Amino acid sequence: MTLNAELRVTRGTFTLDLGLTIAPGEVVALLGPNGAGKSTALRALAGLLPLSSGHITVGESTWDGADAFVAAEKRPIGVVFQDYLLFAHMSALENVAFGLRSRGTRKAEARAEASRWLDRVGLSGYAQIKPRSLSGGQAQRVALARALATGPSLLLLDEPLAALDASTRLQVRSELGRHLADFGGHTLLVTHDPLDAMVLADRLVILESGRAVQSGPPAEVARQPRTDYVANLVGLNFYRGRASGTEVGLDGGGTLTIPRPVEGPVHVVFPPTAVSLHAERPEGSPRNVWPVTVEAIEQHAHTTRVRLDGAPNVLADITTATLAELRLRPGDALWAAVKATETHVYPA
Amino acid sequence: MPILRMKATRLADAQEAWNMSKIVNRVLVASAALVLAGCGSGPTPSADPSKVTGDVTVFAAASLTGTFTQLGEDFEAAHPGTRVRFNFGGSSALAQQLNQGAPADVFASAAPANMKQVTDTKAITDAPRTFVRNTLQIAVPKGNPGKIAGLADFADAGRKIALCAEQVPCGAAAKKVFEAAKITPAPDTLEQDVKAVLTKVSLGEVDGALVYRTDVKAAGDEVEGITFAEASQAVNDYPIAPVAKAPNAAAAKAFVEFVLSDKGRAVFSAAGFENP
Amino acid sequence: MTRNRVRGRLPVVLVLPAVAGLAFLLVPLAGLLIRTPWTSLSTLLSAEVGEALRLSLICASLATVLCLFLGIPLAWLLARSGLPGRGFLRALVTVPLVLPPVVGGVALLLVLGRRGLIGEHLDAWFGISLPFTTAGVVVAEAFVAMPFLVISVEGALRAADPRFEEAAATLGASKWLTFRRVTLPSVLPGVVAGTVLCWARALGEFGATITFAGNFPGETTTMPLAVYLALETDPDAAIVLSVVLLLVSVGVLAGLRDRWISGPT
Repeated sequence: MTLNAELRVTRGTFTLDLGLTIAPGEVVALLGPNGAGKSTALRALAGLLPLSSGHITVGESTWDGADAFVAAEKRPIGVVFQDYLLFAHMSALENVAFGLRSRGTRKAEARAEASRWLDRVGLSGYAQIKPRSLSGGQAQRVALARALATGPSLLLLDEPLAALDASTRLQVRSELGRHLADFGGHTLLVTHDPLDAMVLADRLVILESGRAVQSGPPAEVARQPRTDYVANLVGLNFYRGRASGTEVGLDGGGTLTIPRPVEGPVHVVFPPTAVSLHAERPEGSPRNVWPVTVEAIEQHAHTTRVRLDGAPNVLADITTATLAELRLRPGDALWAAVKATETHVYPA
Repeated sequence: MPILRMKATRLADAQEAWNMSKIVNRVLVASAALVLAGCGSGPTPSADPSKVTGDVTVFAAASLTGTFTQLGEDFEAAHPGTRVRFNFGGSSALAQQLNQGAPADVFASAAPANMKQVTDTKAITDAPRTFVRNTLQIAVPKGNPGKIAGLADFADAGRKIALCAEQVPCGAAAKKVFEAAKITPAPDTLEQDVKAVLTKVSLGEVDGALVYRTDVKAAGDEVEGITFAEASQAVNDYPIAPVAKAPNAAAAKAFVEFVLSDKGRAVFSAAGFENP
Repeated sequence: MTRNRVRGRLPVVLVLPAVAGLAFLLVPLAGLLIRTPWTSLSTLLSAEVGEALRLSLICASLATVLCLFLGIPLAWLLARSGLPGRGFLRALVTVPLVLPPVVGGVALLLVLGRRGLIGEHLDAWFGISLPFTTAGVVVAEAFVAMPFLVISVEGALRAADPRFEEAAATLGASKWLTFRRVTLPSVLPGVVAGTVLCWARALGEFGATITFAGNFPGETTTMPLAVYLALETDPDAAIVLSVVLLLVSVGVLAGLRDRWISGPT
């Protein structure tokens, strides 16, 4: 019972064109910047937005297609909305029971089932509480229980952690991970947070301007980004270029030496920690060395990230000791050095 | 101001409440003055009593709207330099406004009772004079679909009948007529004024109604009038008098005379009124 | 202390007109109360007044129920459906507000009267004639009062977040169930406000009622009609009747308000 979708939606000048396959039990994260079409895709899957063309099928049944459209209320889905959209006039229990009642379950039975779900998300004592009295994390868990209580075959999560503060987020994320692991249906997680996607998903689909630009297991995507957006998300220096032997001529200017010879168009990545900075041109082993100018300095928790202009531009993470030694200020001229063995090269 | 005076005796020892009601009273008078002032202020009246100029403010019963508007124009033509301004309304409402000190020159009431309310408070001191009479007529929709032949048909519960409420002059007159004719009417509605009655007649909502002859005449083609003998039992007199504190006393007198003149009579006859 | 003073200072620009506005609304009422001949209150409260008051309360309540039945779906249609020409329809709905009530009454006669477009057939086929009946009073009051309900509810619906309805749909709720269990409760304050306005307007209705339904004690004479006619001959009685209507309506509204506020939260 694999979910198979060709989502094509045109709204004004924007066009979403996304192929999506989700196996039972699989969690697919749809990751992309704002305006990439993530929410459109989610709304189309939920039945809140009809497709312009394409189809959505789950096993034998067609939810949307040329001659079929199943309305949202008839689809076996559960949705956790970004701001949860819990019904303010209902208690937590009534919220969770709502889907079951809507689908014809008797009141007592629905309430018992809802109560079990509240137990499962650790909110057994909150059955009679109205949403406005719940904390963000609690509301998120009620929303999850509400979405899962009907036993959906497709679970849609729309930025489920975005409304939470950093400390709550960590805990709720790991809880969510457990619930997703227990869930046997298809899950689509829409997010712009790479960490949520990496931790929760079995597979990532990167969406930019309405199209999938990359997909694969999180580790692979993290290691071999294919666009600046993904590289930026996973925090790598990322370059496109054409390799000839161990030399890669970069599209944006500059040349990098790589450890093994290849030919043709390639992507080259290396982490900012692989970059060392020097006041004088360093001597010695075969290195990539080029002059750069400091553009900006950002202080992170344990490192300092330096944004450098040059051919090519590069990000460097340096230690506080190095920072002190070099007395960096924007506009300073430096030399950047990267060992060839620190670079990772893969075909474009 | 009967109400206020009554209140004053009742609250003789409650000086504050009395003062308060005086304030309320003053506010009422002021707002009435404001309404009139809004209509524009004319030149100051002439000192010479023989020469009539300036604004004349006439408070007149709504049933006089047509005739008085015409008389006003004629009066202005006869007395260049004058301007007649009307406040048409229910006679009882006008009487109350006058008692509250509204600045009027002439009061023409549709019933002696409303005139009495004003003379009682000395807001009018001259003796009111009757200038027209009005009698009742049966009003039926065009073609008389209810086949009303006379007053006796008003007792038929099967017919839809409209009368004026007893509280308003046409209702009081109707009551008198029915008593004289020894008929108990079976009305379906007791309307608040003649216009409301005529609306229902002209729309055919009722089979018959009892209104003044002038009203039938004014209602046009949609309403037909049937004269009946008992009408003479309730003749309604319209009294007119200048107001005691008339801002333009000379013009007030002149207007009253004009209404009572032959020219005035002609206008009223044409509208279906009877002359006294 | 200082902080209290700072917080306690209200902008004069708002307070002055607010106080003036309050006075503007209350002074006429005060005038009415001051001039009420309290001692003759009991003698003026005849059986007829009781009848008129009873009729007023019943008709206003029935008219409000009618408005709720028709007005809430209408508000929903105006707020939620993609109906073309909604703006124009919305403007039309407010017509009874700007129409002089007497004209509204005439309009009702032209449609529902004995010779009206629809009334003619009602009379011929079913023997139903609305003018001069208590049902006619309810119809007239509902006609004039419904815009208050529709506008209140529609405003609340338009302010309500439609995504809650989407959430309900994803939970399997039909449109009707969503409307009942999600939309309506979320706009309840608007519905309550509209109902109160509607009821109050119906209770005070005069022009359309007397024009359409006429005036006959025990059948169509509501309090405002009784007040108007009393004003013709006995201003004291008119004031007493007005005050009675005022007190009863304020009492009812205050009572309902308390119930709604202290009710289940």
